[in-house]
Amino acid sequence: MTKRSFVPIIYIIFLMLPIYWLLNMSFKTTNEILGGFSIFPREFTLDSYRTIFSDPSWYMAYVHSLIYVGLNTLFSIAVALPAAYAFSRFKFLGDKHLFFWLLSNRMAPPAVFVLPFVQLYSAVGLHDTHIAVALAHTLFNIPLAVWILEGFMSGVPKELDETAYVDGYSFPAFFGKIFIPTISAGIGVAAFFCFMFSWVEMLLAKNLTTVAAKPIVAAMTKTSSASGYELGLLAAAGVLTIIPGAIVIYFVRNYIAKGFALGRV
Amino acid sequence: MSLELHNITKQVGADTHIHPTSLVLKPGSFNVLLGTTLSGKTTLMQLMAGIQKPSSGTIRFAGKDVTGVAVQKRNVSMVYQQFINYPNFNVYDNIASPLRVAGMSSAEIDARVGKAADLLRLTPMLKRRPNELSGGQQQRTAIARALVKDSDLILLDEPLANLDYKLREELREELPKLFAGREAIVVYATTEPIEALLFGGTTAALHEGRVTQFGPTSAIYRTPRDLVTAQVFSDPPINTAIVEKRGETMTVFGNVAWPAGSARSLPDGRYTMGIRPHHVTPEKAAKTSGAFTGRVLVTELSGSESIIHVEVGGSTWVSQSHGIHAFEVGASATLHADLDQALFFGANGELIR
Repeated sequence: MTKRSFVPIIYIIFLMLPIYWLLNMSFKTTNEILGGFSIFPREFTLDSYRTIFSDPSWYMAYVHSLIYVGLNTLFSIAVALPAAYAFSRFKFLGDKHLFFWLLSNRMAPPAVFVLPFVQLYSAVGLHDTHIAVALAHTLFNIPLAVWILEGFMSGVPKELDETAYVDGYSFPAFFGKIFIPTISAGIGVAAFFCFMFSWVEMLLAKNLTTVAAKPIVAAMTKTSSASGYELGLLAAAGVLTIIPGAIVIYFVRNYIAKGFALGRV
Repeated sequence: MSLELHNITKQVGADTHIHPTSLVLKPGSFNVLLGTTLSGKTTLMQLMAGIQKPSSGTIRFAGKDVTGVAVQKRNVSMVYQQFINYPNFNVYDNIASPLRVAGMSSAEIDARVGKAADLLRLTPMLKRRPNELSGGQQQRTAIARALVKDSDLILLDEPLANLDYKLREELREELPKLFAGREAIVVYATTEPIEALLFGGTTAALHEGRVTQFGPTSAIYRTPRDLVTAQVFSDPPINTAIVEKRGETMTVFGNVAWPAGSARSLPDGRYTMGIRPHHVTPEKAAKTSGAFTGRVLVTELSGSESIIHVEVGGSTWVSQSHGIHAFEVGASATLHADLDQALFFGANGELIR
């Protein structure tokens, strides 16, 4: 080991330690976890994973999460695309202020919105639905997506739009056939961030749901159940929660690298 | 099938981008819009194409009023200074795109794209994406897309400005051939007077959103209507000085007496004299010439030409001559102006002689 690699290795060990500990716990029995300190599981067991994949209250929690995260990403991108186009291509009264105001929405802590959202969604009968969580998360994700997409769109010269019109494309045809493919990297980056923020957000997701749309972040943070502490089970749920994010990162990794360079994130 | 602009203007907020302009462009003509950056070339082209609407005035094409007609409904093509192609299409699809939108049969598209690609030597690159091409090839693709449909109006907005020297020379030579024999009206915007002269045709000189003169290119070059047009149409910039003409002589730079040259028949008085840089040389070359001595600011040598900037009488004069004339910066140099070639402008800037 050279001197140069010493610091990065220490850094990576610190970084990976909690993840390792989670993985370690997920293969232990709850008794062993509570029994004392052990670097490796003494009784290696897959029971926790078996429970998650066989008990609907566990695996459906993943499905619920994926549904509202997917819906949210879809909503956010669908709304942000035209908004970002307007910000990047047109000048209008107060455009800069509006753009900043959008971003300032991200600065408010989600806790502020818990009470009004819960009351509002209950009143209109949306409480405990996927739509409720998906809509609540657009509060944070639309501004972010607009911000990211605007950067990418402004990187495309407006002469491209004009060339398309000169060639005879109508605006919708240009937008769908030429403009969206041109900024696909930006859409990938924006979708990735929407996915991640929605996937990890807990407070709103937990409070807006009870049973029918209970997400995994809510399920895995209940510390006790009818059978007492189930720390192994919770650890396994945690491991499985990391996986979708890792998969998404794998798919957009090239876009992200390109995206950070091109747009502003 | 001519394009007529009647008193069109373009206002953006409080700024006037185009002052009232009237032009008639004939079919099959090659028209150059010559002007510096921000002179309104691009805006004028966008108005011609229909990408922007004029604030007032009318645009007629083939006798029909097309002022409010959207660009999609007009038969125009445009090539920009930046190499604009659809990044997600390969070269073939880029060239084919206007034909596809028009709903042409694929056999016909194939034939036309093949022909255009052949003409612009793009045939080996048809399957590539624009970002895999060199700058020159990208611009060829854009030009091919502009040529593939039989447009009535082809607009070229400084298409060669972003190319490197060799490619620019090459394309500059090819361009007129590509448009020869077409019915289309070609409009070519450039900042370089030399391009206007090379292409010939007609030129509209633009200055701060105004067409200062419109007519045959060589006529504008030889007899610019006013000082502004002469300045637009001279690179390096035309040398100017205030002269006091008295009989057979005139006084320049306050105290230098020169023969009146081409001003000899003018009434006595005060004029603005303009002399193009290539009529100012280190050696006495002309029959009627005026000598002056100035301080050398900079000398640019291009191998076959020398461009000498000197400071004289509080202004900068430029001399452009054949051969190498190396002067030290700060040294004094004596130059000779060919006064038979001098232009004289009145107080309002209009050409008198």
